[in-house]
Amino acid sequence: MNNSTGSTAAVRAAGVNIKDLRKSYGSNEVLKGISLTVEPGQVVCLIGPSGSGKSTLLRCVNLLEQPNAGTINVGSFEATDPDVDLNKMRQSVGMVFQHFNLFPHLSVLENCTISQTKVLKRSKSEASDVARRNLERVGLGHFADRFPDQLSGGQQQRVAIARALSMDPQLMLFDEPTSALDPETVGDVLAVMRKLAQEGMTMLVVTHEMGFAREVADRVVFMDAGVVVEEGPAENVISAPTQPRTKEFLRRVLDPTHIDVAD
Amino acid sequence: MAMTARQRAKVSLYVQAGIFVVAVAAVIIAVDWKTVGNSVFNFAKIGPMFPDIFLVGLKNTLIYTALGFIVGLSGGLLLALMKLSSFPLYRWLATGYIEFFRGVPALLVFIAFGYGVPLAFGVQWDVFVIVMISLGMVAAAYIAETLRAGLQAVPKGQMEAARSLGMPHWRAMVSIVIPQAFKIVLPPLTNEVILLTKDSSLIYVLGLTASQFELTKFGRDGISSLGAGLTPLLVAGAFYLVITIPLSLLARKFESRSARTKR
Repeated sequence: MNNSTGSTAAVRAAGVNIKDLRKSYGSNEVLKGISLTVEPGQVVCLIGPSGSGKSTLLRCVNLLEQPNAGTINVGSFEATDPDVDLNKMRQSVGMVFQHFNLFPHLSVLENCTISQTKVLKRSKSEASDVARRNLERVGLGHFADRFPDQLSGGQQQRVAIARALSMDPQLMLFDEPTSALDPETVGDVLAVMRKLAQEGMTMLVVTHEMGFAREVADRVVFMDAGVVVEEGPAENVISAPTQPRTKEFLRRVLDPTHIDVAD
Repeated sequence: MAMTARQRAKVSLYVQAGIFVVAVAAVIIAVDWKTVGNSVFNFAKIGPMFPDIFLVGLKNTLIYTALGFIVGLSGGLLLALMKLSSFPLYRWLATGYIEFFRGVPALLVFIAFGYGVPLAFGVQWDVFVIVMISLGMVAAAYIAETLRAGLQAVPKGQMEAARSLGMPHWRAMVSIVIPQAFKIVLPPLTNEVILLTKDSSLIYVLGLTASQFELTKFGRDGISSLGAGLTPLLVAGAFYLVITIPLSLLARKFESRSARTKR
């Protein structure tokens, strides 16, 4: 029946190709010529100190931020082409925000169906089926009739993932998905993301969860001050960084109680 | 002898209550009760006002208010969206309209649309049309500002989430932002209806036939025909309260409801 809608295995994955991307706010250049490739089915984690531009880079990929120069290709779309059909492109790019951004006036189920019915023009019943299947997938099938404010942060974030998945994306963007969560709910969200990665979803993840990055990411990209400082396989970048700035950052993140007197 | 803070507060309260009682007593003594009884509280002679003040007057006030509100709400929404538009011409037009219609007395607007415009264009308008336009255009200016504040109070992340799901801007507005904005502005919007109810009395400047009388016109008419002094106006005023007090209670209920849940 619905051949491609929300099947739990075999995801049609799209790759991302970013070339020499630049972005400024006024005179403040936050991205200084970033080039980055994500192969279809790959998981790439963006790490780096706050203000390094990693969230801005992620938001440029689906054009929530308008870059000043450079090109971005997402699957068959050239995102930076002024004539690109943005709405069409965004249908295949799922986005998960730090603060979930669920629609508070809609039930959990409606959160997952509204764009299916209004944008993809799916029937109500088909949209419901897809939504329920994706809510099952994130372990929240029984919460379909609740409202967002009746859920914990971790549950809301999993609904946000189900909402994005209900559009059958070929790429998922995660903008610090666990940074606003209570520590005890972080694990559930990471588990869902791990599962997605295993199913072959292309994922670009801005995160501070080094354990997740080391375990799940195919590649880790360390950014600082608007440039890519170091990138490579997770075990290299996180366990054996070569650049001093990467070493310094990881030392602070992995050992937060360490006090740097020289600073 | 020194007083404690609590004793001082108590004495202060007694003094305030005493001033109030004295003031009320002074008014009661000063008023010419015989005249007032004849010309303000002369309920014996107002029989002829019933049941028409109820069946015609109250009904017409409600109809005029409803007509004005429908035009005001649609016009106000349009103006609010124009004011938030990225197209400068729309913003200027909306600002000009709002400043003009908030700045001139509603009475002048009634005269303009009741006499001026029909004269200028050589048309004959029904009273209901004049009310709809005059009241609606004034209401639109006030409602526009209320709605604009409501639209801006919806977090930016809601629009971003909707756009990320592939919704075009207008669809995100209609399905995500506007419904939430309405929930936010429900209490102030109810207050607009109260103001509108009272402004509908300005229609007295137009020549009305008996079946078009609303509450105030009934009251004014009663003054000249019943020989009960100002008593008919008192009755008309009481009927306004029958409309406005429930609305006021409704607004308070909306307020406490939105305070209880963020939904």
